[in-house]
Amino acid sequence: MAEAMVKSVGGVLARQGILVAFLVFMIGFTFWNPRFIDIDNVFGVIRSSAILGVMALGVTFVVIGGNLDLSVGSMLSFSAIVVLDLHENPAFGPALAIPAMFAMTLCLGALNGFLIGYLRLNSLIVTLGMLSAIHGLTLTYSGGQNMDIANQSATWFDVFGRGSALGIPVPVLIFALLAAFLGIVLAKTPFGRKVYAVGGNGTAATFSGIPRARVVFLTYIISAFCVATAGLIQASRTMGAQNTVGQGLELEVLAAVILGGASLLGGSGTIFKTVIGVLILGFIQNGLLLAGLEFYVQFVVTWVIIILAVWLDIATKRGKLWSPIA
Amino acid sequence: MNNDTLKNLLKNGAIWGFIVLELVFFEVAGSWWSLSDNAFMDLDNMLLLLKQSAPIGIIAIGMTVIMINGNIDLSVGAIFALSAIVMLDSMSWPFMEAMGDGAIPLAWLFALLTGCLLGFVNGMVVWKTGVDAFIVTLGAMLGYRGLVFMYNGENPTFHLNWTMVDIAEANVLGFETPALVFLAVVLVVWLLMTRSIHGRNAYAIGDNREAAVNAGIRVGPHFLINFVLIGFLSALSAVAFYSGSGSVNPNDGMLFELWAITAVVLGGTKLTGGRGSIIGTFGGVIAIQLLRKGLGHIGANSETVNLVIGSILIIVLLLDRQLNRKGAEELKV
Repeated sequence: MAEAMVKSVGGVLARQGILVAFLVFMIGFTFWNPRFIDIDNVFGVIRSSAILGVMALGVTFVVIGGNLDLSVGSMLSFSAIVVLDLHENPAFGPALAIPAMFAMTLCLGALNGFLIGYLRLNSLIVTLGMLSAIHGLTLTYSGGQNMDIANQSATWFDVFGRGSALGIPVPVLIFALLAAFLGIVLAKTPFGRKVYAVGGNGTAATFSGIPRARVVFLTYIISAFCVATAGLIQASRTMGAQNTVGQGLELEVLAAVILGGASLLGGSGTIFKTVIGVLILGFIQNGLLLAGLEFYVQFVVTWVIIILAVWLDIATKRGKLWSPIA
Repeated sequence: MNNDTLKNLLKNGAIWGFIVLELVFFEVAGSWWSLSDNAFMDLDNMLLLLKQSAPIGIIAIGMTVIMINGNIDLSVGAIFALSAIVMLDSMSWPFMEAMGDGAIPLAWLFALLTGCLLGFVNGMVVWKTGVDAFIVTLGAMLGYRGLVFMYNGENPTFHLNWTMVDIAEANVLGFETPALVFLAVVLVVWLLMTRSIHGRNAYAIGDNREAAVNAGIRVGPHFLINFVLIGFLSALSAVAFYSGSGSVNPNDGMLFELWAITAVVLGGTKLTGGRGSIIGTFGGVIAIQLLRKGLGHIGANSETVNLVIGSILIIVLLLDRQLNRKGAEELKV
């Protein structure tokens, strides 16, 4: 009886380990500093995680499909720079700048998807090349200059980053709505199931008639769409951007997705878990700052947490703590 | 048969062909567009190029070994920065200052030990937990960078010692110290990978880990040795670079991992492990540096470099797949 209890508790821990860790972390920090759970603080954390979070939603699709996307960081810089530049262009204005930016970013995603999905090239190297190429493209586009909106009071463009609706900051709203929508797409639609199938076992998926190339292609389109949305939030929040605004974000995004429990081998992970992963990173950062520690301490903590999370995950799957590597 | 030899020649010689192409292109294009009257293929220019490619090059050599072994290391940039900080900071410790110039080799030793230690941590985690090296070193990339910042906040660390600068800028037959270190690393690691048991086993493990285990090769220790090696080489790269410059920012070395991987892939090493060569990576490093210099020489914006290198990386991948297509189809079910 007791043994069964232990087993079932262990099972829950193994399946929802990341959620349990998250709750323990939150409760512990709240006891230590009640301000941590203050509603303003919580919204503040979610708002500052929104950009990373929106990008992570798209990357979750790519990772479940068995691929990687390292180009999201420089793609974010690209979309932010482009939308700001077009906003300043009298021929466009904000109403046209946004769809035009989305179209251009989706083209980059389509290129990723074409190379990886249809030509079946290695996603790590292709997106690594795209990271570099898009960065070059952004610099060429902007001539190395920062982009700023000159007359900030005369535009409604700041609504995506600074506005709030129903008392909820718009970035949080966008993140929540997009997460809900993509969560349903991934969990409840035939397309979502195909993404899992392709990532879990590509050959089997092909043999069961799933158009592998198209599914992979679409995951990159989704990723690019999320990046464009994140770029919009970023540009709108700061009303200006440097060429390197997204530099290094690709690996932080990947860290959040992995922390959420998605396997890099593909076929596992959910949107909900990715959101938890993003929030964990956000709250760790916030908690350490509230504790009076410098921002860089979170890097070290994140390092330890990522490795422990993935280690425990695979240890429960193989039933042994230590690896079988001789 | 004849076709195969041609193919092999094409595959292995591709990077050198590319380098020759670059040289000719920039020489010819340079005579039209260049702002300076200097020839591109100038001996001094080429020696400078070798020196400039040393920091990334030394790391890329280590990355080749790691990738042949079937792993990857994303933490090299952070190891590079942390070793540099340890080296420069240790020079100002009281007992080191008391030693005068005698402290220099000791500072180098501390830096190299730091690199080895960080690599050792990565290697042990990969070995003992069985977590994929990509994830382990992704985490370490963040964690080690955090340590870099914790060491000295956001301030640069500097210590200028003129004897050390003299050593770093010493000149043997036109080769400056970083270039010599780079060449020595290429030679030693090439010998290690082609002439030693460890090298042969590393190839075997990368090619087919299960088969290697069945053949009685212990996988873990080889992983560990290679991670210590790349840690050591990252630190050596920092030693070669910062002895001359004497100042390190906490953000230094960021994106080095991506440059190193690019050079390794251009040099023909497979991400899946088991195949690749040190000499090929040497070619890849030179090709990238030539491109950077050459684009500057013909007056292109420095921004274009990223665009060109990214495109070339993808094109190389595409060509490589075309060349290997036959083999890949045989493998498919």
